[in-house]
Amino acid sequence: MFENLLRKKDFYASMVMTLLGVGVILNSTTYNLGSLMHMGPGMFPFLLGIVLTFVGLLIFGTALTTPYDETERILPESMEWRGWGCILAGPVMFIIFGEFFGMMPAIFSCVFVSALGDRTSTLKSSAILALGVTICGAALFSYVLQLPFPLFKWGR
Amino acid sequence: MLSTALTDLWYGFGVALEPHNIMWCLIGVFVGNMVGVLPGMGPLATISILLPLTFGIKPVGAILMLSGVFYGAQYGGAICSILLNLPCHPPHAVTCLDGFPLTKQGRGGAALGITVISSFVGASWGITEMIFLAPVLVTVALEFGPAEICSLMLLGLLAGSTLARGSPLKGVAMTIVGLLLGIVGTDLETGTPRFTFGIPNLFDGVELVALALGLFGIAEFMKSVNQYSDINTKYSNVGFRDLRPSREEFRRSIPAMFRGTLIGSLCALIPGTGPTIASFISYATEKKISKTPDKFGTGMVEGVACPEASTHSSVQGDFIPTMSLGIPGDAVMALILGALMIQGIVPGPQLISEHPDIFWGLVASFWIGNIILVILNVPMIGLWVKLLMIPYKYLYPAALFFVAIGVYSTNNDMFQVGETVIIGLVGYLLLLLDFHPAPVLLGFVLGPRFEENFRRAMLISRGDALVFIKHPISAVFVALCMILIVGQIYVRIRKPKSGIADVAAAAAEREHHHGSTDQKAPVAAE
Repeated sequence: MFENLLRKKDFYASMVMTLLGVGVILNSTTYNLGSLMHMGPGMFPFLLGIVLTFVGLLIFGTALTTPYDETERILPESMEWRGWGCILAGPVMFIIFGEFFGMMPAIFSCVFVSALGDRTSTLKSSAILALGVTICGAALFSYVLQLPFPLFKWGR
Repeated sequence: MLSTALTDLWYGFGVALEPHNIMWCLIGVFVGNMVGVLPGMGPLATISILLPLTFGIKPVGAILMLSGVFYGAQYGGAICSILLNLPCHPPHAVTCLDGFPLTKQGRGGAALGITVISSFVGASWGITEMIFLAPVLVTVALEFGPAEICSLMLLGLLAGSTLARGSPLKGVAMTIVGLLLGIVGTDLETGTPRFTFGIPNLFDGVELVALALGLFGIAEFMKSVNQYSDINTKYSNVGFRDLRPSREEFRRSIPAMFRGTLIGSLCALIPGTGPTIASFISYATEKKISKTPDKFGTGMVEGVACPEASTHSSVQGDFIPTMSLGIPGDAVMALILGALMIQGIVPGPQLISEHPDIFWGLVASFWIGNIILVILNVPMIGLWVKLLMIPYKYLYPAALFFVAIGVYSTNNDMFQVGETVIIGLVGYLLLLLDFHPAPVLLGFVLGPRFEENFRRAMLISRGDALVFIKHPISAVFVALCMILIVGQIYVRIRKPKSGIADVAAAAAEREHHHGSTDQKAPVAAE
């Protein structure tokens, strides 16, 4: 019953939900719970935390009772570190460049970095794509939609 | 009743036919059809990207456009699954089973033609249902007090999380996570900041657009990156002339179309069973009553017509509980409801009488939008087929830019872009553990209203929790919740081998392999 438990998705799923539930219960008691009639701000999250903990324990139950499937794997078949990293880095680039250098550099860096996430992409193809999107995007958001975001700036 | 409905509808056409509203509707269905065709882009991500752009336009135009994206994507998604065997959108996963074999036999055009016809039939029925049913529901719902609203929301949340795809328990867990995310921010009654961890940017709560784009944008891109490598477009050469089905195919698909429409409209009435479930049930039914069930999976037009009709009738029917009760059935409806709230419109039974222009304009725009879609899809089929060939590697970086700037433009706040990245990462990790993100959005949108009504109901009842079963209408909803839970436990213990489960498994199989090099003939449903 307990063998292979650590290889089951449901085990980790139940852990995440139970811990989250307990965390919510603990955190909500720092606000005023109030009474059932006059509920304070802490009561509703407190109740939700209890239900979530309960659901987490139920998922743990399914992890225990379902037989282990040999083909089950928690991580995807291929680890796309490059893809994942680039996709997350793209919007981060957008924040950094947008904050300090304006809209055009932000768009370019965001598209350029995230395009590098595809295995077949090259520096050149990403740069061309980024340039195209930058021109169209800046035209759309700056001239058509009048977004108050300067195209270029220096510093905050 | 008929005459008032017709007068209201006439008024609705007046609203929807205003030039700028037609323009928004056209933009909506065009964009929807486009993202429906593009592998790897879904209506959810698209609606969330467009959402911030609608803040500047009037509520009617905004809702017409966003809804247009939703039903437009259903037309486009069918093209993708029939010609490429790629179920980019869950409702069309079963269409692949018979649609792609037809394509290989050179009848892909005919299958598309049948799809357009059955979509239109299904949608028309769904709209008619909305015209007559929504006002009836409203007259009932206007009598509801906080206790009834609260238990109705509970039923909606429970149905939305357990009847959708995936494990019901995990669905419930995700709904609670959504409700908790809805709590983040300043408590409306006491002004206490909750779960803000001292970050001032969170005092206004988590931004709807950031949440939706994190879960359905960034998390989805992380799942799909480097997955759509070999798209096989060798069968995709379909032109305008190929769309005409033969007389025999047409004769066979007509009854299937009507059966699908009926199933779809029934599914739309049960919250949580959106188009995906409707298409599974209708495919299984069609197979069961067919004289040649073993031929399904080898290219039967019935297997295309029936699920497509049911998808569309349920897509339109989904708007009924959303617009008349303010209870969304799935994540897309939750987003549209969120869009209404951002425009300052309170959803609920009073919506139709307070904002008749929105409700009847929307109904009328469905007709107009569906007609536009038929026109867009029939002569312009060649254009959509060309769009299928855009590689994913050019698509997602551009989409990421739209995600980033879309979130930024909601409040001109870079903090929220960071919020989106974090939500996206967490969403992807949860996806790895088989948590589907759709119920999160449902809980998030309903959460604040749920809490408000819960508190009010308890205040009125002087702290008596039994109020929810003392009021008869509320008791019915609570009983339905119980039936739902008991039913789920029963199904889990019995582990049925019904036709629907088989179809769902076959479709899930398709989806599991989507985009990889798997372009073989689909496995038959059994």
